[in-house]
Amino acid sequence: MTAKYQKVAYYPGCALEGTGHAYNRSTKELGKALGLDLVELKNWNCCGAMEVKNIDPKLQTYLSARNLAIAENMGFDTVMAPCNGCYHNLKKAEHDLAHDAGSREVADRLSRKAGHKSYTAGQVTTIHALDWIKEAIGEEGIRQRVRNSLKGLKIANYYGCMYTRPRHIFPEKDQGPGSESTSKPHFMDDLLAAAGAECVEYPLKTACCGGAHTLSDSDTSTKLVLNLLTTAEACGADVIATECPTCHSGLEMHQVRAEKVFGQKTRVKILYFTQLLGMALGLSARRVGVHENFSEASDLLHARGLG
Amino acid sequence: MPIHEKSLIRPEDLLTHENLTLDGVDVSGHWSTFIQSRAVTDYNEALQEEIAALPGGEYIHRCWQCGSCTNSCTVNAVNPDFNPRYWIYLIRMGLEEELLRDKDIVWQCVSCNKCTYACPRDVNPEGVMKATAHWLELKGHVAKSPSMHFDEVFAGQVFATGKIEEGRIMRQFFGRTGQPLLQDWLVALVRGLVSRLPVGLLTKLGLATVFRPRTAGWGKAREALAEYVVEREAANRRALGLDEQGTH
Repeated sequence: MTAKYQKVAYYPGCALEGTGHAYNRSTKELGKALGLDLVELKNWNCCGAMEVKNIDPKLQTYLSARNLAIAENMGFDTVMAPCNGCYHNLKKAEHDLAHDAGSREVADRLSRKAGHKSYTAGQVTTIHALDWIKEAIGEEGIRQRVRNSLKGLKIANYYGCMYTRPRHIFPEKDQGPGSESTSKPHFMDDLLAAAGAECVEYPLKTACCGGAHTLSDSDTSTKLVLNLLTTAEACGADVIATECPTCHSGLEMHQVRAEKVFGQKTRVKILYFTQLLGMALGLSARRVGVHENFSEASDLLHARGLG
Repeated sequence: MPIHEKSLIRPEDLLTHENLTLDGVDVSGHWSTFIQSRAVTDYNEALQEEIAALPGGEYIHRCWQCGSCTNSCTVNAVNPDFNPRYWIYLIRMGLEEELLRDKDIVWQCVSCNKCTYACPRDVNPEGVMKATAHWLELKGHVAKSPSMHFDEVFAGQVFATGKIEEGRIMRQFFGRTGQPLLQDWLVALVRGLVSRLPVGLLTKLGLATVFRPRTAGWGKAREALAEYVVEREAANRRALGLDEQGTH
């Protein structure tokens, strides 16, 4: 348990205000249920996602530096981002600003022109929603608070690309027992197992869903997602738990597309880990936004006495 | 050569003789397949430098051709012709004509960063893929790829308002690439969701498409970003020996 994560700055990002709305809702509800404070960054901007870096990587560094500067100005030393894309970009900016003079120069120049204080690396640490719950509450804390165990629910935990790669931007990972692993991440497994779920051995936890090209190269994305879905089913999973809005909506969209375009139907349900944890703590399915998911999971959840 | 790289030899360069004896040795049939010898004379000696001058390509010179990138590659598993190690080799050797054979698939890199994770030499192969895709487009070898259109639509909105709105991005992207917005699978997706969503949230999402989400006081940032984009585009074109005023 880390007292400092009791109150952190919150960077929801654009996806959580749109297609990832259910993730935003369930993250906030989960925080409330656990007595953790989230203070949203004032007047934040988009992190640049997977696209701005392809125009020029240093533009992405600037966009994230601006958000980190906001957290610093608000007096926070920790910002929590539930979206893998936002989380990754803030981490990448922190790394590049600390190690690359060119990135520093561009971020400083753009900050000056934009009329705000430039950000100096090392002032603010970015954490993921998984770090937040894992550190602030932990498995034991979850175990004590479970009111509606996920017992019997078989879950494949899917972490995607941006949570662990490339590893050099995540200096706190791969630091031995207790730390997160970049090759075989387990924080989500740990938390959901503490909530009673049976986490299946899922070899594709860090495989790619093709999220960057979900619309521009849809057939490739559908193939990649179909592989994730059929493998999860082969591993015996009822549910794929996600921790990224892009992965989540990619899985949902291409599950439908695989059926409509390739004629391949899969049944596995897709839920945010925050929704699953929230329901385990006794929140209703509606409260954690299960009805806002494209993947219709209410029948399964009712059958398991959840939601 | 490892057998999985046999796909790199083009069929027209393979010679198999039904009946052939060389110096008294029978070399007939499949087991004695020859590779046609060839002489390459048209190198582009500037190719590596040009790729290295574009963002992402900076560390291409470090590559020692271990193949970890291709071995870990997400797209290679779907399409074996997508081969980062091979393209890095061609670029470093200046074999531009060979590279151009694959010009239409380089953009398909999904930026999963498995290559960058696996690379023992910190080449940043993911960046090299993006630099190569830019190079192909800047040199006029390919039209803008769907992904490049998507990047421009997306980044354009971020630069303009500080935030994006997904519905607007989809509409602009489909418009630019000439695709219908009402695709079967999208309609099915939206229909399923709309039947379950509460009116309040639907209204909120609908309003977001009219009143675009934006970062307050973004004006100066917008100017600074626009200036920087123009500056970088000119620098990129200059590095490739192109007229600084492109069509962008």
